[in-house]
Amino acid sequence: MKQEFEPFIIGFLCNWCAYAGGDLAGVSRLQYPANMRAIRVMCSGMVSPDMVSDALLQGADGVLVMG
Amino acid sequence: MTLSQVVSVAGNAGNYTVKVRRSPRYVDMDKCIACGLCAEKCPRPVADEFNEGVNNRKAIYIKYGQSVPLKYAIDPNACIYLTRGKCRACEKFCPTGAINFEDKAEIVELKVGAVVLAPGYQPYDPSGEDYYGYDSIADVVTSLEYERLLSASGPCMGHLMRPSDNREPKRIAWLQCVGSRNTNRCSNGYCSSVCCMYAVKQALVTAEHTHGDELSQTIFFMDLRSHGKEFERYYEDAKAKGVRFIRARPHTIDPLRGGSGVRMRYTTEDGRQMEEDFDLAVLSVGMEATQDNKALAGIFDFSLDSYGFAQTAASNPVRVNDGVFVAGALHAPKAIPHAVTEASAAANEAARLLSEAKGALAVEKTYPDERDVTQEEPRVGVFVCSCGINIAGVIDVNAVVEYAKGLDHVAFVENNLFTCSADTQVLIRQKAEEMNLNRIVVAACTPRTHEPLFQETLKEAGLNAYLVEMANIRNQNSWVHQKEPEKATEKAKDQVRMAVVKAVRNKALTRLKVDVNQKALVIGGGVAGMTSALSLAEQGFPVVLLEREDRLGGNASHVSATDFGDSVPPMLKDMIKKVEGHPDIAVHTNARLKTAVGSVGNFVSKFETHGETRAVTYGAAVIATGAKESIPDEYGFGSDPRIHTHLSFDKLMQAEVSTVQKADTVAFIQCVGSRDSRRPYCSRICCTHTMKAAVKLKTLNRAMQVVVFYRDIRTYGLREELYRKARELGVLFVRYSPDDKPQVRTTPEGVMVRGLDPISRFTLEIEADYLVLAAAVEPHGNEELVELYKCGANADGFLNEAHPKLRPVDMSVDGLFVAGLCNYPKPMDEAISQAQAAAARAAVVLSRKEMLLDAIKSYVTEHCDGCALCVDVCPYRAIRLQESTGEDGRMHRMVQVDPALCKGCGVCAATCPKDGVRVHGFTKEQIKAQVASALESLSGGRA
Repeated sequence: MKQEFEPFIIGFLCNWCAYAGGDLAGVSRLQYPANMRAIRVMCSGMVSPDMVSDALLQGADGVLVMG
Repeated sequence: MTLSQVVSVAGNAGNYTVKVRRSPRYVDMDKCIACGLCAEKCPRPVADEFNEGVNNRKAIYIKYGQSVPLKYAIDPNACIYLTRGKCRACEKFCPTGAINFEDKAEIVELKVGAVVLAPGYQPYDPSGEDYYGYDSIADVVTSLEYERLLSASGPCMGHLMRPSDNREPKRIAWLQCVGSRNTNRCSNGYCSSVCCMYAVKQALVTAEHTHGDELSQTIFFMDLRSHGKEFERYYEDAKAKGVRFIRARPHTIDPLRGGSGVRMRYTTEDGRQMEEDFDLAVLSVGMEATQDNKALAGIFDFSLDSYGFAQTAASNPVRVNDGVFVAGALHAPKAIPHAVTEASAAANEAARLLSEAKGALAVEKTYPDERDVTQEEPRVGVFVCSCGINIAGVIDVNAVVEYAKGLDHVAFVENNLFTCSADTQVLIRQKAEEMNLNRIVVAACTPRTHEPLFQETLKEAGLNAYLVEMANIRNQNSWVHQKEPEKATEKAKDQVRMAVVKAVRNKALTRLKVDVNQKALVIGGGVAGMTSALSLAEQGFPVVLLEREDRLGGNASHVSATDFGDSVPPMLKDMIKKVEGHPDIAVHTNARLKTAVGSVGNFVSKFETHGETRAVTYGAAVIATGAKESIPDEYGFGSDPRIHTHLSFDKLMQAEVSTVQKADTVAFIQCVGSRDSRRPYCSRICCTHTMKAAVKLKTLNRAMQVVVFYRDIRTYGLREELYRKARELGVLFVRYSPDDKPQVRTTPEGVMVRGLDPISRFTLEIEADYLVLAAAVEPHGNEELVELYKCGANADGFLNEAHPKLRPVDMSVDGLFVAGLCNYPKPMDEAISQAQAAAARAAVVLSRKEMLLDAIKSYVTEHCDGCALCVDVCPYRAIRLQESTGEDGRMHRMVQVDPALCKGCGVCAATCPKDGVRVHGFTKEQIKAQVASALESLSGGRA
């Protein structure tokens, strides 16, 4: 059986909005795929370009910066 | 003081002596460690009242897992030893010798200045009402019983089972208004306010606790009352998700053959007789005054209404006597947000009364000395929470525990049913000590709500609060991957691993102290704003009050009486006089806020007043900008002087009462501009407003025909009395559906209103002398304030609270509080109690001369060479360039961070090319370690 490609994603979530949104998605029981690993940051502005390139170089298929 | 009851009170406001009878617990609270061995060995089962008797507890028991204090107690009416003189099994098995059968009741005398009464309510008991079949049919349960059946900590651990055969029910029906809005079979003429929403909630939550897709939920109701903030959307969402709403009151419930399930008979609005079978029927029971209300009223000398609720005046809705204040369902049935708001309001009134003695008995909490862990190897303790079944129902917590044991630096791992419970905090402290832990990872819910709790636990364990890290395996895992337990478990392992690598790199941080500017700004000079201003000023905090109009008063200047008949003009006049005369309140009319900088404890704003710009500094602000009646754009409004809104008709009734009372017919149309696609919310106050007007018209002229076109009548709580009165006076109510709104045309003879009566199926046309449109309440443009303070508003433009139930008057921005109609439409008594609550919450900030700042701030490292790239990008202007001359005579440049302004956003750190500035707790090294850790699983599991 052909396996479907499922990307593995690193998410940088701003504590004040995206991370809070992630919590709210939980409270609202919105279902989404389990292939993202969230890292809480104090602002998406804290995410430097080398953090993104680091993630990609180490094998992440995608990086989401949410803020 | 638990197991305690007030016996008597003497003295007066500011100086009471209260006698309290403390009943024996028979368990020494200092010795009990809540291990539960006593209950395990106790031979006496008793129906568990917390689970509504659905299961049994023992004669020695704790009420529920999260009880405070978490200490066992013996039920003297059930204990075999205390009733028959033999047994003492618990005493034998208690490992700490905590059982004390010699414990006696005692009278304790308390010296207090004020009293807050909050005894709550009791649910209506449907026993004896044969037509509900509650006594005789196993599968008829009350809503509270159902709540326990659904609960993860309930008798079936959250796996829904019906009582008759322990099978999962698929077809469930809710019956509304059981013991509410009923003067026929019981004497509860009021609406209990909360049952519609809890039924909708239960119907939606049921879907999460059942398997397969055959579930069907049916709610039988009279008027669906979703009059709270965001409630209408919730109701619409339930409809969209397939919950069936039937406007009918089933008149007969029979058991089905075989003893399981029920057969219900009801009549639809168009007269069809229906018969339908359900697996389970839930009776949405209402709230009743507690049995204790009468005793309390006697002791504290206040009056009760005919239902047993405490009577209060609209001008101070939480006061029953000079130093006696009330909160919650003691004075009317109400929902949690309102009850929590009132609790703060009652605290505010007590604080106002006792402001002179404020702080006299305050004791500062002390913590053990902090252990310096800088030289220690990291030893991490991991606590994995099951959260009842919230986490453990999806994630294999045992697998996560086993996995965590193998991680580097992890010295101890344990699973808890509720890691947040009081007993687990004790356990974490013990384990930290025993195992010499110096980092704690809690895999549970979100750090946004629970990190402070665990930080406190670390402090109590002699560890720095910032050595804890949370893995959010509930909100961002088990709740959102409910159908993928295996993937969720893998993700949880990753999350724990990522938290451990971060925790290992956490360092002890200290919080900075800053001075608090003990002054308040109140924006809005309506009843809410003035109430807050007065409350704060009377507690000794200077207030600057801004009003956009040229006078104080707001909407209240258009209102003649409150919903409960108190006259508004004298109350308002008195309030304005007090505000204007108070030496600590500076009133600025025609004022508009222009800027806002700073943060809690230290805000600076500029405002314009009468064309002049002024500055104000303050530590906290209450926003009470109000709302307004919208201008209808339908039903011919504006085209004919006989077509009014509520406010214009009120004015007419005042000015030309003799003309109005000659009218033959007055028609009202409800929900004009509310509950539609443009304003998908209920304006909460218009139904009651219509009742007041209709009753007044009928009182002026009994022969007048008054017709109300409505969708659902939402006279919640004790306001239901007005609705009943209107019906008794002969006001006609004709329901319309939003797809088939009443048609309005004007003729010289009258305003013709045509609508279909859904009961008789006839179209009727009314020739009205006046048509009154219950126009929606809409917020004043709050966009400017939202922009200035970066605070939040909902999709309808009403300012948002930080948490609708737990923090109903705090805003998401620290130091800002919200009151009145700018938060959501509400009647005057609710606006006043909310304003009192906002003042109480603001006073929490203002009472301290200094406050602690969070430690998550940026700091400069030795790598900084003063290039100043970070200075320009800092959105809070917290970074400055500092030049100094060194010993070698050369100029040194370095940046400096003002921690009071820094919010820890880390834009500086991301901009700096040399690692010259970092954020405490979120260093690049920590974040990169988390990235690497997250991707670790790839190398092993996936090529």
